[in-house]
Amino acid sequence: MMNRLSTSELLNLIEQEIPRERILDSLANRYSYSFDASFGEYLPDIIVQATTKEEVSFLLKLANEHQFPVYPRGTATSLSGGSLAVHGGVMLDISQFEKKLIVDQENLLAIVSPSVITSEIHEAAESVGLFYPPDPSSSHVSTIGGNISENSSGPKGLKYGTTKEYVIGLEVVTPTGEIIRTGGKTVKNVTGYDLTRLIVGSEGTLGVITEAIIRLIPKPADRKTLLASFDSVINSGKAITNILASGILPSAMELMDNACIVAVENYMPSGLPTEAAAIIIIEVDGYKVAIQEEIDKCAEVCERFNATSVKVAKNEQERERIWKSRRMVSPAITQLGPTKISEDATVPRSKIPEMMERLGEIREKYKLNLVVFGHAGDGNLHPNILTDIRNVEEMKRVEDAVSEIFEAAIELGGTLSGEHGIGLLKAPYMSLELGENGLLMMKKIKEAWDPKNILNPGKIFPEEGQKKVVLI
Amino acid sequence: MKTDEIDKKYSNKLYESAYDAANMCVQCGYCLPVCPTYLTMGNEAQSPRGRINLVKMAAEGKIDILNDLKEPMELCLGCRACEVACPVNVPYSEIYESALNVIAENKKASKSSHTMPDKLLQTMLKNLFPKKKHLRTAGSFLWFYQSSGLSKLTQKTKIMEMVSKPMGQFERALPKVESPNKRYKFGEHYKAVGERKMIVAFFPGCIMDAVMSKINRQSIELLQKCGIEVVIPQNITCCGALHSHQGEVDATKKLAKQNIEAFEELGVTYLINNAGGCGAMLYEYDKLLADEPEWKNRANKFVARSRDITEVLAEIDEIPYEKEWRGVITYQDSCHLRNVQGVIDPPRKLLKSIPGATFVELKNSHLCCASGGIYNLLHFEESMEILDEKMLHVIKTEASTIVTTNPGCLLQMRLGIERSGSKNKMQGLHLMEVIAEACGIN
Repeated sequence: MMNRLSTSELLNLIEQEIPRERILDSLANRYSYSFDASFGEYLPDIIVQATTKEEVSFLLKLANEHQFPVYPRGTATSLSGGSLAVHGGVMLDISQFEKKLIVDQENLLAIVSPSVITSEIHEAAESVGLFYPPDPSSSHVSTIGGNISENSSGPKGLKYGTTKEYVIGLEVVTPTGEIIRTGGKTVKNVTGYDLTRLIVGSEGTLGVITEAIIRLIPKPADRKTLLASFDSVINSGKAITNILASGILPSAMELMDNACIVAVENYMPSGLPTEAAAIIIIEVDGYKVAIQEEIDKCAEVCERFNATSVKVAKNEQERERIWKSRRMVSPAITQLGPTKISEDATVPRSKIPEMMERLGEIREKYKLNLVVFGHAGDGNLHPNILTDIRNVEEMKRVEDAVSEIFEAAIELGGTLSGEHGIGLLKAPYMSLELGENGLLMMKKIKEAWDPKNILNPGKIFPEEGQKKVVLI
Repeated sequence: MKTDEIDKKYSNKLYESAYDAANMCVQCGYCLPVCPTYLTMGNEAQSPRGRINLVKMAAEGKIDILNDLKEPMELCLGCRACEVACPVNVPYSEIYESALNVIAENKKASKSSHTMPDKLLQTMLKNLFPKKKHLRTAGSFLWFYQSSGLSKLTQKTKIMEMVSKPMGQFERALPKVESPNKRYKFGEHYKAVGERKMIVAFFPGCIMDAVMSKINRQSIELLQKCGIEVVIPQNITCCGALHSHQGEVDATKKLAKQNIEAFEELGVTYLINNAGGCGAMLYEYDKLLADEPEWKNRANKFVARSRDITEVLAEIDEIPYEKEWRGVITYQDSCHLRNVQGVIDPPRKLLKSIPGATFVELKNSHLCCASGGIYNLLHFEESMEILDEKMLHVIKTEASTIVTTNPGCLLQMRLGIERSGSKNKMQGLHLMEVIAEACGIN
């Protein structure tokens, strides 16, 4: 792709505005920015660690002039290959951007630079009694810039909504290098097209976020947590939908299938029922009196749908124990194989039991280590396949299985991605969900913003001839 | 052999020894926020995730061991905070040690990269640290140097800083060496005061024994005062940590075996040490000798009886305190005590038990101070950047004493006090010095 300029020519150009120590081009550095938390390995030619919007603007203008690709990157915790340098070119590392984190208590918002780690926002908000609900499991590592670009949200989406509901204003450097502002500090804003929402979740293809204004809400006073086990996945799914139908909106509803339960118990015994087909964890938050009533009602519904056991945590210690077992799922299942393919197919929550059945069939058909857990309350399931990338034959079966997972989700009225993004891996399936014309509209937007296709190319949109996921 | 054949040989060796472990990494990045070099350098190649990936790349032959892998690996502090943070238990230290070992062997094979500092280091590792007599002589010289007034003269003229900046700075941070005639003796038993509760062996270490023998003496007297009889094993030697960090596996194993034998002869309850770095090395002799069947079992037994002194003291109901401590005390964890031995609470419990003292938790005390064995000498600038950041938090505690549990950390924190201009308001002490003093042991 970088056919117009040699690396050394490009280096000289970038060096005019950006200090040499923040331009990395050694082989060790190039390999160090060649991956994210998905897989695939793509060597960028140069890494630029920008610290100001002017530097980003300069780089993108240069990219347009000389036509080389630029890939924005936070801390690369993405599970969809969102920041990989698929066509070589320049990796734009935003993690070292000048840090700014201002909590505006009066207006219930925070103004943050893209390099701020998401958990730092949680801490800053909570220190003044406020709350920023989006909480991806990578929140201690991932940057808010990355979270916004991928619209990654975590378990609280059910009650509090996802990242896009909290971003009300952005400062963005467009792919052609202009610095623009979208939205602002007001919760209500209907001036023109909602470019803020367009940028959120655009996976770094429409702009580089250099500042964000995010909404904060008052911190809930208290919370209660319950763990229920079921001997049928269908019943656990029914319990979930009936709790929601009963008028309770839990702050989280997490589901683990039998394979996850067994993996956790083998990895770090937590007292989970290994014979259960599924367990669900329900948490409600709000005022003390209200949540007592709500958690009782949740327990009642679980029992009505034949839960084999229902336990409400009596104190913070018991609550922590329940959540620890949930957090242990990811590490526990990696014991089943070194390569972890983590999906986030999402279905309408009424379809969870059906989706679970389909996933069971896929597991049998392809004879794979396929386990399922996820944020059941919002239908965001995480089917994970554990394999070994060195086992070529099995990897081919994995490719087919992954295709079937996507197809199943879409057939059930769901979506390819709930929070990981499309990135590289799901691009081939875009028209399946959007239809050819739907996809074309998206492409037109991309072309309007980025006529020379220099910003994060190779993501979201399938390349010519791409029909299915190719893992190896 | 030709250069490319050498390269292939060592990348294959790395594949054999580290690839499977490196492949366990799911690249989630959970290790990034706890890695001191990533935090200060802001570069993925200086993070655990990045380093593991580079080991993989070198093992696959995609990058060169000396040109590409060497620097990032040598800039790792080996603090092992990443191991604790890792959700999938990647054995980072195994990968790290394998890489260092292959780098060291590769350096020797391709003689061109044999630099002077490397050679000097090799000589010191071979001839100085394992030989306690030589080291003690060096310690005695240091005592003479300090007590004769010579050190004041050099400090005034800054002659040392002109020779080497790090050496000059450390020279000023060095605690006062105790007179050689106050030293405890190898092979000696030191009886318990009052009724004997147990009998233990004490591990004096090499640097601790040579230049911080006062802390060792105070530790021994403190144990005695707590009703514990202490033996200094006759044939005990350096733990091997410095050798291990330079990739010298064979030399490390030799020292480990000597220590195991020296301890076995005694038949005592525990082998107690007061240096987190040494303790961690002793604590992992079983891993070091795992592939030697005749030693594995002996190493297991050794490890099971190896203890940090704070673990033993924290279990004693009443430490015989005699006087009150004045001022605020804060504590910087020794990474090897915290991350490898898992000793987090005992030092804090002890500090809180001192009459009169106010203990204030240091923010980010779990992050390495960048002493890292002799990292601060080998990579002075990188180390100082991490230290200066740490000192900002230390100053916020408003402590008059910062306490550590490892000689390297102690020197580093004393240097930090110097560099931050806090010398008039703050002192750096080993935990044993503090407890001993509060118990009337000077």
